[in-house]
This record gives sequence, structure tokens and C-alpha cells, in this order.
Amino acid sequence: MKKMIALGFEGSANKIGVGVVTLDGTILSNPRHTYITPPGQGFLPRETAQHHLQHILPLIKSALETAQITPKEIDCLCYTKGPGMGAPLQVAAIVVRVLSQLWKKPIVAVNHCVAHIEMGRIVTGADDPVVLYVSGGNTQVIAYSEGRYRIFGETIDIAVGNCLDRFARVLTLSNDPSPGYNIEQLAKKGEQYIDLPYAVKGMDVSFSGILSYIEATAVEKLKNSECTPADLCYSLQENVFAMLVEITERAMAHCDKKDVLIVGGVGCNERLQEMMRTMCSERDGRLFATDDRYCIDNGAMIAYTGLLAFAHGASTPFEESTFTQRFRTDEVEAIWRLKEESEKLKRVHG
Amino acid sequence: METKADGVDGSLILIKQGAEARVFESSFVGRRSIVKERFSKKYRHPSLDAKLTLKRLNAEARCMTKARRLGVYTPVLYSVDIVLHTLTFEYVEGPSVKDIFLEFGLRNGGVVEERMDDIAMQIGHAVGKLHDGGLIHGDLTTSNMLIRAATNQLVVIDFGLSSTSTLPEDKAVDLYVLERALLSMHSSCGNVMDRILAAYRKSSKQWSSTLNKLAQVRQRGRKRTMVG
Repeated sequence: MKKMIALGFEGSANKIGVGVVTLDGTILSNPRHTYITPPGQGFLPRETAQHHLQHILPLIKSALETAQITPKEIDCLCYTKGPGMGAPLQVAAIVVRVLSQLWKKPIVAVNHCVAHIEMGRIVTGADDPVVLYVSGGNTQVIAYSEGRYRIFGETIDIAVGNCLDRFARVLTLSNDPSPGYNIEQLAKKGEQYIDLPYAVKGMDVSFSGILSYIEATAVEKLKNSECTPADLCYSLQENVFAMLVEITERAMAHCDKKDVLIVGGVGCNERLQEMMRTMCSERDGRLFATDDRYCIDNGAMIAYTGLLAFAHGASTPFEESTFTQRFRTDEVEAIWRLKEESEKLKRVHG
Repeated sequence: METKADGVDGSLILIKQGAEARVFESSFVGRRSIVKERFSKKYRHPSLDAKLTLKRLNAEARCMTKARRLGVYTPVLYSVDIVLHTLTFEYVEGPSVKDIFLEFGLRNGGVVEERMDDIAMQIGHAVGKLHDGGLIHGDLTTSNMLIRAATNQLVVIDFGLSSTSTLPEDKAVDLYVLERALLSMHSSCGNVMDRILAAYRKSSKQWSSTLNKLAQVRQRGRKRTMVG
């Protein structure tokens, strides 16, 4: 039988990506382009959408060429429906609508968060882990239960990546390749640990207070040369990552799972991975993490997740191929997981 | 069960390895007891770890006793050791609310309404009393509530994340944590939270400001899923 192939479009934040994958998770191509702003600045919806518009068509061409396929061989077109910033989301949604009519292909709308999870699972082989999804827009501890990915803990204000990004702006660190990466590199030179607020509420976390505190402290302490920017990056990372590891461990204890999968942009951070690995080994569990190719938003994760749903009979009618800024992880019925679970049960009970 | 001679380390039997603490069964002056040892977490920076461990040990001891004064059943505290980071308290015989609810979920006949109502009512009353006394539990999940087998009374445990506050915001977040724990773990049990909140209204004098705030906290929860 011919392998099923999907083309996926991701453009929910400052990255625009197009990916071609097959149902077994083989990535045929996965080019992406990142909108990088000057130091001290974040990305705004309008400019980001403009950037996506400029790059999406060349990216599609290059994705098809690298994968050595023609539009005819594609089974479905997948795109990020949400969550994300409205204007950038719109770019991928419109391109998919046009292509679907040109090429006469079905559309599959994909939840961005679920796509991160499925990509992480297929790349690492993690079967049923507790998932820590950490990025510039999301901070969630997720586990599969009864047909859906349920959110056990999350941030009650800003995302951890947002906290790091905004602190990078205070220090006017470069946004290339990403503010988080530059904080991570600078933190390696930190020597002094500065006490910061620690905000865990049950399985939820809060970062906005820490950000305000460190923003104020940074100005003051740097002026008096009491510490270096490296010390601040180091302390901030130690503090917020400890919070993330703590709520992940709490969720593991609560749902009785052994393994952890880290996904999302902040998931590339090696210090976070190291801390999580220490925690997992204390509990006889394993850590699954991926590198920047899969952690950071990309088209392949959308293509793969959309294809999973498509292979299980789901597709999105043209009229419903919209986008939305707010789209919770637990709104999606993970139909492919239901099948996996029932096959697992069959194996166990013969 | 036979109680062993007290005071020897050998009599500690590990019964649970939690996220932050090991829970042992032991005996304290001839009484069956629980020893909860907070251990250091290797992944944390040593100074952060020392700060958190001591802070939570103190908070737990203080809040556990405060809760009892407010009329909420908690295990009786026997002793605190700040060097070994241990608390010793009464052994409560009975299942956790989590186990009871999960069993409801598994049964084909579904939920035993009477039992469910009773437990939900007890939870609502207990949380109401805590909040009116200015005590925030901080980790209200069904694993942190036991039902004493002998009397069917609700016993609230694990005050490791507790704090004192009279702000409606903190109380609302406390309830929100509970609501989310129920949703994620016991969605098959029907709407337990509504029953809990009904009891909470009756027991807390400040229910109105807290529940108004809870609506806001929920809204915020929805808003949170922004940029991917």
C-alpha cells in the first residue's frame, strides 16, 4: 500500500514552517523561517504575519523539492488552527484553503499543543508520559486520560518562555536564534545565586510576579554592581525550572506515570532537561526530550498530527477551516489514542 | 496490628514515596503513627532547596494545627524535627477520596449518590472553614483527603503548600486547583464540584466574594492558552 503523506503548515507565533511527513513519522522535509526582532523588542502580530506571508510560498516549494514529491501524492493538508496569535495564524489558514481548492485535497485542522505532544512521542518513542509543554506562549503539564490530553497544571498568568523572553529584553540580549537560547548560554557563566520569589500553587505555577521582581532587582543590582547579568540569568533559570520540575513531579505522582516528555521551545534548554532527568531518575522513570529541530515550532509536527487524525477518519470541512487564538489542549478528542489504547488492552488480555 | 517499641529507626516502614517527602509508618510512644520526611531534591539549587524544605516543614506543622483549631479534621501532630526535616503525626485508617472516586468511576452501576453527596458536602464544609479562618491549603486534590474508616469523617492531609491569607483571590485559586484536580481525574463521576461549592456556600461566610473571584480565575484560565 502507498504510504500516506501529509503537508503541514505552522505559523502560530514567530516561526513559519512547512513540513512533509508520512504516517510512520518519517520526515521528508521540514523547512522553517523565524522572524527575528532587534534586541530589546518582542514580535508584534502584524509584522510577524507580514514576515510569514513573505516566506510561506518559497517554503512550500522548498519543502516539496526536498521531499521529492508532487502535490498529487499528498493525501491531506494540515494547518495550525490555534492557539496562537491571530494574524500569523491567518496566513497558514488562508494558504491551506487556497491550496486545498487548487489541488483538490482535504484539510485537517490541528491543535498546536497536541501537535507538539504527538511529535515528541513519535520522535522519542515515549508511550504514555506526563508531558511538560513549555514555550513562549504555553506552560502546561499534560497527561492522557480518557480520550483526551488533559491539563493537570499550567501557568496562571504568563508562560515561562514569555518570562524568559521578556527578561532577555531587559538585558537587551539578542533574539537570534532565540532569547531563551542566549539566556541559557549566559547562565552558564553565572556564579552567584540570587533569591527570587517561588510561586507554585498546587500543580499550577505563576511567573508574572517573578518577572516584575527580577526586572526591578536587575536594574538596582546591576547599577550597584552587586551581580552580573549572568548571575541573574542563572538564578532565574534555576528558580523557574525548579518550579516546572516540581509541578511535573507532582503530576507524575498524581496520575501514577513514570516517564516525562518535554516539548515546546523552552524544552530545548539543556539545564531544564538536566534537572528533569535528575528528578526522573530519582523516581525510576525516564526523561524523553528532543532537540531544537522538533522542540521548536515546525511544519512536520502539524503534518504528522493532522495525518494521524486523517488516518482515523477525521478531516475539517472547508467552511470550518478557520483559526482561533484560544484553543485548549483538552478540547481535542485524541481519536488515534483511543485506538492505541484498545490495541494495548487486546495485547494484554490476548 | 502489633506496635513495636518506639524510638528506633528500624521500626520505620516506608509506605509512600511522594514527590517531596517519604512517608513512613512507625510508632510514637506506643501509638501507630506516620513519619513524614521531607528530603532534599537534587535537581534544585542547594540554597533554594534548603529554603523551600524548611519553609514547607514549618508551614505544614503550623497549618495542620491551625486547621484543627478551625474545626477541620487533620491528623494529630505529635512532633517536629527541623534537623531531620520530619513531622510525626497520627496514623489515619481509611481510604483516600481519590480511591473512592476512582472506584465509583470503575463500577458499572456508576456513582453511589448518597456516599458521593456526603463526601462532597464534607469537602465543601472543610474548605469553607479553612478559608474563613484565613487558611489556604494550597494543594487541594482528592489524594490529599482521607475518609476515616471508623467514623466516615473527612480528614485533610498534606499542608506542605499551605499559607495564611484572607484574600478572595487566594481562596479562589485554592478552589480552582481542586476543581481542576476533579476534572482531570474524576470526570466520570459527574459534577462533584457543584456539590462541593454548594456546601462551601453554606459553610463560608465570605462565600460570595470568593465565588465571584473564582469565576474570574476560571476566565483567566481560559485566556491563558495564547501564542503557541
